[in-house]
Amino acid sequence: MKRKDYDAVIVGGGHNGLVNAAYLARAGLDVLVLERRPVLGGAAVTEEIHPGFQYSVCSYVVSLLRPEIIQDLELARHGLEILPLESTFTPLPNDDYLVRWADHDQTRRELYRHSPRDAEAYDEFGKLMVQLAMAVKPILGMAPPDPGSMRPGNLAKMARLGRHFRGLGSEKLAALVKLMTMSSADYLDEWFETEALKATMAASGIIGTFLGPRSPGTAYVLLHHYIGEIDGAFRAWGFARGGTGAVSEAIASAARGLGTEIRTEASVERILSKDGRAVGVALESGEEIRARLVVSGLDPKRTFLGLLEPDELPPEFVDSIRRFRMRGSSGKVNLALAELPDFTALPGVGPHLRGAMSISPSVEYLERAYDDAKYGEFSRRPYMDIVIPSMIDPSMAPPGKHVMSIFVQYAPYALNGGWDDERREAFGDTVIDTLCRYAPNVRDAIIHRQVLTPADMEETFGLTEGNIFHGELSLHQLFFLRPAPAWANYRTPLANLYQCGSGTHPGGGVCGAPGRLAAQQILKEHRP
Amino acid sequence: MLRGTPFHPRTAALCQAHNWRRWAGYIVAGSYELLHDREYFAIRTAAALIDVSPLYKYRVTGPDAERFLNRLIPRDMARCAVHQVLYTPWCDQAGKIIDDGTLSRLDADAFRLTAAEPNLRWLQDVAAGLDVTIEDITEALAALALQGPTSREILQRISDVPLDDLGFFRLTHARVAGIPATISRTGYTGDLGYELWVEAAHAVALWDGLVEAGAAYGLMPAGMLALDVARIEAGLPLIDVDYIPANKALIEERKSSPFELDLGWTVKLDKGPFVGRQALVAEKERGPGWQFQGLEIAWDSIERLYADAGLPPGLPTTAWRTSVPVYSGGEQVGYATSGCWSPILKQYIALAHLRSGWAGPGTRLEMEVTVEHRRKRADARVVKKPFYDPPRKRAVETAP
Repeated sequence: MKRKDYDAVIVGGGHNGLVNAAYLARAGLDVLVLERRPVLGGAAVTEEIHPGFQYSVCSYVVSLLRPEIIQDLELARHGLEILPLESTFTPLPNDDYLVRWADHDQTRRELYRHSPRDAEAYDEFGKLMVQLAMAVKPILGMAPPDPGSMRPGNLAKMARLGRHFRGLGSEKLAALVKLMTMSSADYLDEWFETEALKATMAASGIIGTFLGPRSPGTAYVLLHHYIGEIDGAFRAWGFARGGTGAVSEAIASAARGLGTEIRTEASVERILSKDGRAVGVALESGEEIRARLVVSGLDPKRTFLGLLEPDELPPEFVDSIRRFRMRGSSGKVNLALAELPDFTALPGVGPHLRGAMSISPSVEYLERAYDDAKYGEFSRRPYMDIVIPSMIDPSMAPPGKHVMSIFVQYAPYALNGGWDDERREAFGDTVIDTLCRYAPNVRDAIIHRQVLTPADMEETFGLTEGNIFHGELSLHQLFFLRPAPAWANYRTPLANLYQCGSGTHPGGGVCGAPGRLAAQQILKEHRP
Repeated sequence: MLRGTPFHPRTAALCQAHNWRRWAGYIVAGSYELLHDREYFAIRTAAALIDVSPLYKYRVTGPDAERFLNRLIPRDMARCAVHQVLYTPWCDQAGKIIDDGTLSRLDADAFRLTAAEPNLRWLQDVAAGLDVTIEDITEALAALALQGPTSREILQRISDVPLDDLGFFRLTHARVAGIPATISRTGYTGDLGYELWVEAAHAVALWDGLVEAGAAYGLMPAGMLALDVARIEAGLPLIDVDYIPANKALIEERKSSPFELDLGWTVKLDKGPFVGRQALVAEKERGPGWQFQGLEIAWDSIERLYADAGLPPGLPTTAWRTSVPVYSGGEQVGYATSGCWSPILKQYIALAHLRSGWAGPGTRLEMEVTVEHRRKRADARVVKKPFYDPPRKRAVETAP
């Protein structure tokens, strides 16, 4: 049987690989996606780990998914349904709590209870963040220019950026510079006095980084999270019906509809190259697949250090990729529950269980959690971001039962002594102990527990060092520096090899922008 | 959760229409009856009770209170006597309006400021370094407007102070139905009327006292729908409807200065420094780009547009609060932000932001109206506000 040659083969069936495939197929390319695991989605998967209970195993909320991708790929028609996550509930050790509700008046009254000043500052802060998100959004939608290059296309892009920033006006520019340089704790101190509010907001500045709320540069990540939009509304978080895997399924369905071929349990072992050009891939099974183009949705380390030999790439580039910081800092605990958590601070079943629950009582709490990780231990009292998807989508668990998703930080990849089964369970116990300080009934309600350490995430999902964003979202690894200077435009030193994963601009989260921008770059250079 | 005001036990029992509306985290009656018409006419021909408790209220005291307020507002505090009330906007550094309200001088160094939006943080920031105490008394203080031609007689029946000589925008402390209250001759209707300020705990008793005293004078409760018509007739701007507060506006174009909102009369540039003064001096020099004026929409024009569609003239049954384009010839020269049929003037009126060249009284313009799903333009004429200004509003002798 003569083997078929493809126009493009995509390594990795994560959401970005699928988005990339769909866009390439839409332009008429003959595309094949290869996924190592039996399920599509990479870290955006839903799996029935315990019978009857659907876990959004890794990624668990949706907000950053680009609206233009939803439109272009007609994801609503392909089954994407995003349900609102309406609130953020922060229980406190003194049995008080703070909730930010969907309703403005309700949130204001709740914040007022803690600090009348904060209640007012909150609105103005939100306004500024929306303005800054508007200012940054065009950058997220463009392939980064190379500031060192004199090519006309690059110069035009740099000029456009310059004009864009000048047009912001001094007030917004000042705020943007502050965000880029300050720690989230310092930045929020300028606005608020309520500890639980500052901590819960600061937490979004540290997610997925190996930094604490008092580390400079974390303020920018606050903004990164404000950029999330659903139906055009900034700072709206949602939950995909059917779990995060449903997002991947919808993209895969769109890609298939456009003619993409998708193979699972097809693990790529090597990218094949000839005379400085990528020509295809070799699978673990020994099968070789030829293609005009190869696109990798894997993280930069796995792509360049894992699938290629060092002598196929320039040494400076290999060195940059080696120095690209991964440093996974988070873990995940998924629970099957016989009953809902009963928080002592706000007892009973209420609307607060339909939103996010955040264990982030104070900035100091978060910083102490980071202190443990700095010296190679998981946090004794970690920051946790909790959702109960079955509260919003009953199909996630059997009737009356629930699934709980717990994002946990910090859990350093480089744990003293390394991760093993015993340390994993100790980590899981710490998470449950911490949660039970606020909702003691959880312990006895657990039917099944899945604990994922950074080492597990590396092993199962191919995330190097367990970094959920394919590389830290810190300023020195963003925009034209992601993943390496001069190689932020989705191209690589190997001709016909492209990258489209979260390790490229604009980075992680289930946003799909890297996949789309990479496709645009590829199509500019390789019209079908 | 949304709350009822201190008058809720009474207003809830009376609200047959159940059309509760949100106001600053409280619920208030849109109308009590199924139609708001009678409530409107109570304001203009008898008297109406309007629950205005959701207003934000701040108590400002201390040796530097006057100095602080002089820094905050563009009006001149030296001209504010004890027991006087000032209507005033206040601005940011760029001279754009943050909010507007009434400032009551309760005593030499004790004031009460009302606001439409929460302002505690801004007030505290402006007060930095001054010996002044600012308290948020929004929840502690209930506020009830008694408005209309018979309001003085009703209030006099149960007050222990003479009201005949209480001037427009003056206040007095009194016992009303035995309850200690502050009476200010103020309101949002442009009519003879009073606002009563009492501790929240006394709210229900005050309501009952007024209802009893007002029974013989046509008193009835009125909701927001009736109030909206009255305030448009009075030409009074409404925050978030007729202007967007500067600290909430996402873009510069959405902000308004006092000059642009026809509140230039509140700006005393020669009184000394205040927040926004420099910008307002410059704006006055070059002239504001926009003006906020009244529009009268021509009846015969409306009648003709509807007749062309085979319909009788269509008029808004309640006040509207949407942005409606205003044209001169083919060019859009502004936008109306509030409008209604004025039952007392028998005139379709609107409040509009107009480019300065097209804002002079008498200017002929056109306002967009939608007739049977199609956009049309009705003839309109610029007029000075207020549309309705009865002499009794300011008169100090007993009302007729």
